[in-house]
Amino acid sequence: MIHIKRLQEDGADIIALIGEIDASSSIELDLAIAKSVEEGFSKILVDCNSLEYISSAGLGVFMSYIEEFKDQNIKMVLYGMNDRVSNTFEILGLNELLTIAKDKEQAKRLVDEL
Amino acid sequence: MNYKQKVGCNIENLKGVRDFIRNALKNHGVSELQISEMVLALDEMCSNLMIHSHQCNPNELFEIHIIFRKGEPVIFEIIDDGSTFDINQFSEPELDNLVSAKRKGGLGIRLVKSIMDKIEYDNRGGRNVCRLTKNIDHN
Repeated sequence: MIHIKRLQEDGADIIALIGEIDASSSIELDLAIAKSVEEGFSKILVDCNSLEYISSAGLGVFMSYIEEFKDQNIKMVLYGMNDRVSNTFEILGLNELLTIAKDKEQAKRLVDEL
Repeated sequence: MNYKQKVGCNIENLKGVRDFIRNALKNHGVSELQISEMVLALDEMCSNLMIHSHQCNPNELFEIHIIFRKGEPVIFEIIDDGSTFDINQFSEPELDNLVSAKRKGGLGIRLVKSIMDKIEYDNRGGRNVCRLTKNIDHN
């Protein structure tokens, strides 16, 4: 079960993930990111502070946007992951392909630098 | 200690699979990080099985067994009547290719292979058994 909240700060869209993302709920993540893109945001911050779990279904959603974001000059930064969640990204080396920050402050700085 | 659970092939049941694995392992001094890796690997194996071998039919069941012995690797068995898909025979596409193809899939098997130390397939009394072995640090 995942609950997703969106709010806007300093022109960036913040997508907060609350709960667990697996094969049954990854579609929710996909829809939230698609909506943000559709609304024209070019800075997307993903708040993972309350993300308790992510499986490959969720990792795949993030991965599927990498090329599109490069083409459209959309910047995405994920932040606030706990050790278990960040380990899941690291097992596959996805931390090298995505921009991952420690906290919101660092995420905001990185999204402006990208 | 042995643990057993029957699971119906509905992806809504993955949460229950994760709880089962976590609850079975949490009182044996296994590190939180290693538990979460095993939970992840079993989630990936079970979701593949539900989706690809059983088309998410909730009436079709399979079993998960966990065999835990102090000082030994943890053994997970997934016992199933459906078609077998040997992930050892599957060569995962390169991560770069998945990214450029904007693919969402193809990561699960890579995760399982990274996490588990051994993946074996067997037939026991007409049923398919997938045995996953994980070496752990015993505290």
